[in-house]
Amino acid sequence: MSKKILLEHAHIEGIETFDTYRKNGGYEALEKAIKTMSPEAVVEEAKKSGVRGRGGAGFPMGMKWGFLAKPEGVPRYLVCNADESEPGTFKDHYLMKTIPHLLIEGMIISSFALGANKSFIYVRGELMYVINILQQAIAEAKANGFLGKNILGSGYDLELVVHPGGGAYICGEETALLESLEGKRGNPRNKPPFPAVKGLYQCPTVVNNVESIANMVWIINNGGDAYAAVGVGRSTGTKLISASGHIKNPGVYEIELGLSVEEFMNSDEYCGGIRDGHHLKALVAGGSSVPIIPANLVYKTANGEDRLMSYESLSDGGFATGTMLGSGGFIVFDETACIVRNTWNFSRFYHHESCGQCSPCREGTGWMEKVLHRIEHGHGNMRDIDLLVDVAKKIEGNTICPLGDAAAWPVASAIRHFRDEFEWHVKYPKEATRPGAVYMGEAELV
Amino acid sequence: MNQVAEPIAFTPERQKRVDQMIANYPEGRQKSALLPVLHVAQEQWGWLSSEVMDHVAKLLDIQPIEVYEVATFYTMFHLDPVGKNVIEYCRTGPCCLMGAEDVYSHLKQKLGIQAGETTPDGLFSLKEVECLAACGWGPVFQIREKYYMNLTNEKVDSIIEELSQ
Repeated sequence: MSKKILLEHAHIEGIETFDTYRKNGGYEALEKAIKTMSPEAVVEEAKKSGVRGRGGAGFPMGMKWGFLAKPEGVPRYLVCNADESEPGTFKDHYLMKTIPHLLIEGMIISSFALGANKSFIYVRGELMYVINILQQAIAEAKANGFLGKNILGSGYDLELVVHPGGGAYICGEETALLESLEGKRGNPRNKPPFPAVKGLYQCPTVVNNVESIANMVWIINNGGDAYAAVGVGRSTGTKLISASGHIKNPGVYEIELGLSVEEFMNSDEYCGGIRDGHHLKALVAGGSSVPIIPANLVYKTANGEDRLMSYESLSDGGFATGTMLGSGGFIVFDETACIVRNTWNFSRFYHHESCGQCSPCREGTGWMEKVLHRIEHGHGNMRDIDLLVDVAKKIEGNTICPLGDAAAWPVASAIRHFRDEFEWHVKYPKEATRPGAVYMGEAELV
Repeated sequence: MNQVAEPIAFTPERQKRVDQMIANYPEGRQKSALLPVLHVAQEQWGWLSSEVMDHVAKLLDIQPIEVYEVATFYTMFHLDPVGKNVIEYCRTGPCCLMGAEDVYSHLKQKLGIQAGETTPDGLFSLKEVECLAACGWGPVFQIREKYYMNLTNEKVDSIIEELSQ
């Protein structure tokens, strides 16, 4: 069994309740932090741990905390990003519904470290049942003196508010999330100023993902150095992976970073391999936004090294032959999957979710969806394939927020690695649009 | 006969929740409560009419346009009347890999309606939505707060039958 930092107690019956969580060592980290440590010392442990943002960007959390401005007399805020909406990702959903107190305890510790007296958990509105679970956990923590006024007699006050979103992928982008939290449309802000200087209500704000914050409990209990000893290189600690698609055991798994992709894919402890009678065709390793890679680049990098579940190894080879760890949304495709159809599906997603603020994204995502739709439905021509590459290039890097890149990468990478499949759709529209038809390679065309 | 429109008001229980929501945010930042309050409004009225949105604007002391622009941005809010059970089914990649398209065709056939439509008896509406963060348990749809996962044609049949009682 590999190291468990977040889900060690997840299987225990009743772990969602305060009493069971407490009996299993819950809130001991909070007691330690508040009674024996200074806020600066907590920040120091976060820095030592090397834990990187688990929402997808992978920016070191301790460093992000270090940027927080601390002007006198101005409130500071911690906002937890629980707007999990990246296709292929459902780990925060699982964590919050299974072991809600882990997030609550992490939020209290992190708020204490940052000197925030009011903190928010922004949960996507669709997860109303999870919001109710969190509200219940907050009420229990409050009733037991771990939240509210004068926590554990320390003089430190904290109020936690759970805020529902309204259905918008873009609100997972931190400045859009802050706009949304202020009761506005989720249009990302120009940066700078960064939230650490001007965030919620123009006050210094830190936005962190659910999983990142939950890690703080173990980090305080065991020390940042102990956390940094888990994992591989700059990919410290463990990562929750949401596994979906054509595998035997879809679900959420906690892995030590550095595990080989091959073991994660094929071990019975994790995905259990591709479903019976089928074989691997492609992988999206970190949520729909990251580049898709073909089977021959999944277990080995282009250099022939073992591909590992880590930030560095998954992106080895850059956009030419690599992908990214992203949010850990591990989507597996077997040979029955149509890459063109899937790329069209993802494009439709980004078109639907573009906030409409920047022209390259608003228009470009629409064009990509339309062109992909016509290729998939047998009305494409060869120039369309290069047109897609061109549109993707013109979106990438030309928008306020990363949604534009997120929309461009899946299209560009699908064409890079599966161009023949796109061409097949154009050359043989009748075959390609037959229900259930799937491209099996040039040999089978004749 | 004169029909007097009922005045728009939250039930006392919901008004209490709304007041609590407004109190959650710093003074002068009551606009922050807009999304939570709109969810409560939709829970009570089923959808957001302009009268309901105007009422919410008054409660939060903001302009009606500030409510309209938000309600039209976020996809969870229904801006037209809907059926008693709105089935919001995920159409995104991972669910489709698990055979979602076939299951939804069955669902549409069973109800005799397409996405965006409501059954004549007003019991069901269909709404196509993007990823619901349940990809490993797909195909998935939600009805109000409840997630229905690992859907098959048979499961769909029994859910519809149960909700038709």
